[in-house]
Amino acid sequence: MIRFDSVSKVYPKQTRPALRDVTLEVERGEFVFLVGSSGSGKSTFLRLILREERTSQGQVHVLGKDLARLSNWKVPQMRRQLGTVFQDFRLLPNKTVSENVAFAQEVIGKSRGEIRKSVPQVLDLVGLGGKEDRMPGELSGGEQQRVAIARAFVNRPKLLIADEPTGNLDPQTSVGIMKLLDRINRTGTTVLMATHDQNIVDQMRKRVIELEQGRLVRDQARGVYGYQH
Amino acid sequence: MRAQFVLSEIGVGLRRNLTMTFAVVVSVALSLALFGGSLLMSDQVSTMKGYWYDKVNVSIFLCNKSDAESDPKCAKGAVTAEQKDQIKSDLGKMAVVEKVSYESSDQAYKHYKEQFGDSPLASSLTPDQMQESYRIKLKDPQKYQVIATAFDGRAGVQSVQDQKGILDNLFGLLNGMNWAARAVMAMMLVVALMLIVNTVRVSAFSRRRETGIMRLVGASGFYIQAPFIMEAAVAGLIGGGVACGFLLVARYFIIDHGLALSQKLNLINFIGWDAVLTKLPLILATSLLMPALAAFFALRKYLKV
Repeated sequence: MIRFDSVSKVYPKQTRPALRDVTLEVERGEFVFLVGSSGSGKSTFLRLILREERTSQGQVHVLGKDLARLSNWKVPQMRRQLGTVFQDFRLLPNKTVSENVAFAQEVIGKSRGEIRKSVPQVLDLVGLGGKEDRMPGELSGGEQQRVAIARAFVNRPKLLIADEPTGNLDPQTSVGIMKLLDRINRTGTTVLMATHDQNIVDQMRKRVIELEQGRLVRDQARGVYGYQH
Repeated sequence: MRAQFVLSEIGVGLRRNLTMTFAVVVSVALSLALFGGSLLMSDQVSTMKGYWYDKVNVSIFLCNKSDAESDPKCAKGAVTAEQKDQIKSDLGKMAVVEKVSYESSDQAYKHYKEQFGDSPLASSLTPDQMQESYRIKLKDPQKYQVIATAFDGRAGVQSVQDQKGILDNLFGLLNGMNWAARAVMAMMLVVALMLIVNTVRVSAFSRRRETGIMRLVGASGFYIQAPFIMEAAVAGLIGGGVACGFLLVARYFIIDHGLALSQKLNLINFIGWDAVLTKLPLILATSLLMPALAAFFALRKYLKV
């Protein structure tokens, strides 16, 4: 699903690499936590998978494709098979809940009939049935994140990437979001989640990858947040 | 779905940036109106050239009695019948000459009277004072020099005059004005392009949230850029339409009505409506493509896909 082969990334005008010689593999259907302090390279790791950045050295394969060899115009095709969720939700404030979800389908040219069918379905899945016509501003943080997850999942991606999805939420709401991500994972979708939330990582007991100053320092099946805590 | 989606995005974009859109429309309209104006001006000049060059003559003025006294070129006295015959037969042998006509001093006097009527100068003239002349029509109006070298300074010839020289001064002036209009057009065009680039940039910036999300969910580059490019194209096309309106109105008021030059200057042949109408598609196409291209290149810089 995701493979890193001795990947290094140095940003222009910076001497210290953001990633150093990272090699790892994520299999289909896995649930993986990506942990590490700020500046450890987590964001770079995710940006490489989304091909917002290219590697300086080494290769990144996502869904069986070598991203270095993927031409620019094929990148959108690749991204359609990924779902992304962020700490700040990234919803369109002037569109309703269902319009926000439908946006992800309109943009890739799905038919009106398909959209009308799949949007209510995915909103039910994330537990927002009945709130289709609300505006994002009228929803709580947890509900907004559910909308974002619905949007990420509506095209049934094979891989869901979540960058601190619970970072702005209280612990109880976070648990709800994690249950949702877990349920999505059980449908066969691979989930890669970057997080700082120690409780969640410790409770879920999933695979944990830890980065420190750009190096891969831990890769542990059924791991916890960190030994030092 | 797609078309509707794109159209609504364009509408939102244009309205959000109303002042900028207006500026783009006006600058495109002005620059393209100047562009069309300069094209029409060229047309007008070539129409006039065709018309006038057809009519211009090279004139060989012959010495009369009063010239023989006052003009050093006629020091050998007034032209004789022999000299006239010689000139005529020489002209007949020249390949560049199409037609030769002779104007006697009486005819010259008559023409003069017709043109200047009862002005004090005209009434003091007598037919004797007018010059006889040969009016020569050339196959190619540019070949005036051949006649001048052959006849200038010959006994009995006072001067060889090329009417084309006078016209060329006029056309030179018109051409100069035309180039000035083109220079202004070029500058307006630069202004218009910069405005478009800036408008697109502002537009892309104010919608970076939407475009960011579009990127995330895998919208193609074209799909993300299309609304911006079409926004610029629509604004440009409106400007182009305004420019076409300017040209039509200008043709109407300057030539036919209002200034009504066609009635005041009835010696000049003016361009017809067809000349104006054939320019309009070019202007409209330019107004559509130019902003679209400008937007396309601006987006490569400001809208990462």
